Amino acid sequence: MGKKFLFILRRSPQQGARVRETLDMLLTVAAFDQPVMLLFLDDGVYQIKRGQSPESVGLPAVAPTFEALALYDVEAVLVERESLAERGLTESDLVIPAEAIARAEIAALVADQDVVVTG
Amino acid sequence: MERFFSSMKYAIQINSAPVQSQSVHSAQQFIKAALAEGHEIIRVFFYHDGIYNGFAVDAAWPALARQHGLDLVLCVSAAERRGMAAGASAELAEGFRFGGLAQWVDAALKADRTLVFGG
Repeated sequence: MGKKFLFILRRSPQQGARVRETLDMLLTVAAFDQPVMLLFLDDGVYQIKRGQSPESVGLPAVAPTFEALALYDVEAVLVERESLAERGLTESDLVIPAEAIARAEIAALVADQDVVVTG
Repeated sequence: MERFFSSMKYAIQINSAPVQSQSVHSAQQFIKAALAEGHEIIRVFFYHDGIYNGFAVDAAWPALARQHGLDLVLCVSAAERRGMAAGASAELAEGFRFGGLAQWVDAALKADRTLVFGG
């Protein structure tokens, strides 16, 4: 009874502790051996940008959690190419390897999932 | 007799506090409409600031739970993070219970559709 899960992160690490809880959700899904993917979109790309320090505004550091993703069976970590470019970023600015996908491909990606959660 | 109607099973996730946005009201309206059409609500899972629904004076959730036997599950770790899972603050409104993320995954796996209210 497997289902395909996609988690979409769209908020910057300075926009609250919520991303941490979304990651807890993702890790629980992975622990249930379900195929799970993670997509960074819009300001969500700052979540994995090098040199972020959400702790300086009293929010938890999430970068270590993202580094732990490799330990779980996360099928793909994706980042929208246009979201990076619009913010003057490239894949080399990221703390974890992420596969860049084009904005035009997002709709098909979402349509292919069983469960989509934004966080 | 041929059946044109097929009933669906829904898992619902609520992410916002009662007065934070219109999404809680939208969720309640959706649940009422779905039940009226003969669909099934497997579980309503309250996450992020959605956990505050379990402590609200609003009678809508308890009434829905009473009338339809809804399973209203409040994430215990999200509640703990907000200081709402111990002592007097752990007094839940009628119809709610504490649970874990595994219950959300379980509901999502059993459901035909998982709907997330509150972004």
